[in-house]
Amino acid sequence: MLAGGAGNPAWVAGRVLQIAGERAAICDETGTLWVELDPPRPDLEPGAWVEARGRWLGTHLQGTLGLLGLPRRPFPAPDGEWRSLRESGRLQRLRARARMLAAVRAFFDDEGFLEVETPTMVPSPGLDPHLDAYRVEGLEGADARWLITSPEYQMKRLLAGGAERIYQTARCFRRGERGPLHEPEFTMVEWYRAFAGVDDVMRDTETLVAHVARATLGGTTIAPAHGASVDVAPPWERLTVRDAFRRYAGVEMDAVLPDEERFFRLLVEAIEPRLGRERPVFLTHWPITMASLARSSPEDPSVCERFEAYVAGVELCNGFGELVDPDEQRLRLERDQRAREAMGKPVYPIDERFVASLEEGIPPSGGNALGFDRLVMLLLGTERVQDVVALPYARL
Amino acid sequence: MADTSDLKKGFKMLIDKQPYQVVESQFVKPGKGQAFFRTKLKNMITGAVIDRTYKSGEKLEKADTEERTMQYLYAEGDSYVFMDTQSYDQLRISAEQLGDNVHYLLDNMEVDVMLFEGRPIGVTPPTFVVLEVTQTDPGFKGDTSGNTTKPATLSTGLVVNVPLFVNVGDKLKIDTRTGQYVERVKG
Repeated sequence: MLAGGAGNPAWVAGRVLQIAGERAAICDETGTLWVELDPPRPDLEPGAWVEARGRWLGTHLQGTLGLLGLPRRPFPAPDGEWRSLRESGRLQRLRARARMLAAVRAFFDDEGFLEVETPTMVPSPGLDPHLDAYRVEGLEGADARWLITSPEYQMKRLLAGGAERIYQTARCFRRGERGPLHEPEFTMVEWYRAFAGVDDVMRDTETLVAHVARATLGGTTIAPAHGASVDVAPPWERLTVRDAFRRYAGVEMDAVLPDEERFFRLLVEAIEPRLGRERPVFLTHWPITMASLARSSPEDPSVCERFEAYVAGVELCNGFGELVDPDEQRLRLERDQRAREAMGKPVYPIDERFVASLEEGIPPSGGNALGFDRLVMLLLGTERVQDVVALPYARL
Repeated sequence: MADTSDLKKGFKMLIDKQPYQVVESQFVKPGKGQAFFRTKLKNMITGAVIDRTYKSGEKLEKADTEERTMQYLYAEGDSYVFMDTQSYDQLRISAEQLGDNVHYLLDNMEVDVMLFEGRPIGVTPPTFVVLEVTQTDPGFKGDTSGNTTKPATLSTGLVVNVPLFVNVGDKLKIDTRTGQYVERVKG
């Protein structure tokens, strides 16, 4: 808050938190200090923005207060910004979040990745039957546009263009997703590696998370809000979905698979809460029916090269050995369109430029999409992603 | 008919003819799979809490409960006595059923008492109550820790976080839905 030794001229500006007689506590972005007032200011109330000018006496400041602004509501306002940012510790968490984002960028920059920014308004937001998008209003011309649910199609087009290592931190939008682990608008860290497979991307993921933890927390042991501490140092455990069903649900995945609701119910109730409790785990080899944009496994065509990482029961990312066969991709997109129609959901168009880029040719590649808000939440040990964003959706 | 979009904290529903209230409801959605609501539900008669997972869109049966305005009279041992302001009937509610609301009861206060099939199962105090501070530290002590609040104990035993300028003897407006400090009341 203040530099220089005792007796030096000093200046500080902030809010009055407490004022009594000849003393006032002034709070600025860095902390709070006492100001001995000469003359006293009986006219000032908590909440006033002031500047104090005087001498620094080693433990407090002595001087005069100048009024900069008065709040027009009782301070602190019950649903106000001061409470949201300062009294809840949100400001400190936002500082940590900014350091974590810088650490993510430093990691990819050091690995030779190019940071890209692809459009947020796109002709198709993706056809996954369980992801819903926001449609954009007020467009010029007849083209429909939606907000991205992930930048996947656009980034893969860059692979066809010859970019080999790309990443971005993208704002993504998913309709109807609200809860402690979901905000309708959130930040995705997404990256792609050409001439690489699903194993390379899993290695990227574990080294990235360990790097961010070391750079911002000083170590790899984190204390999530729920459960025991977790060491995120590589290597993380690898567990197939098939083995996870055997181990935690006591059933064969293939027996459950025809009933998709039962599959996801067991996943949500019996499996996910137990994953990544001591160290993170990659759940790998998902059923081919849930592959979306992943390629099928060369050893076993009933499963695909898709993985999700779990830390303390929280799903952190979803990665693929990318499907690069345009015919197979089109079949799956059409299947997803039919599934959406059968569910009574809006049927988004197929992004023809994306399919064309597969026809033009994409090298064998791997990619991953990691929820940055969840990563920050886990590293800081907060209960909800809403605790680590500047303004949660509910406060807009 | 209600459905899972009603699964918010406080929603009352019937399971096996028993009234349950939603304590916690969490939207969960695995990867690219179906959405569910993972809930904690409190049996409004026994107080037992159960875990249930509902598929997004699933139908639910709403619990029909009746609310009556009653006056809080006094506490007797572990139970609290209320009087119906219309019929003058008296009834007792246990501390367990009152839960955190015990901290908001002031003599002669009017509250809404919830009845299920004629039996009291809960109480809703006024949204805001005014309580006096009985203990709190003098406030800012010269550190620069960045703390902008401190704990204060109120006349009913409730402990809340308050701004530094609050002193013993101050009267504070408390939001009974969240248990949080709203503002200092003058006079």
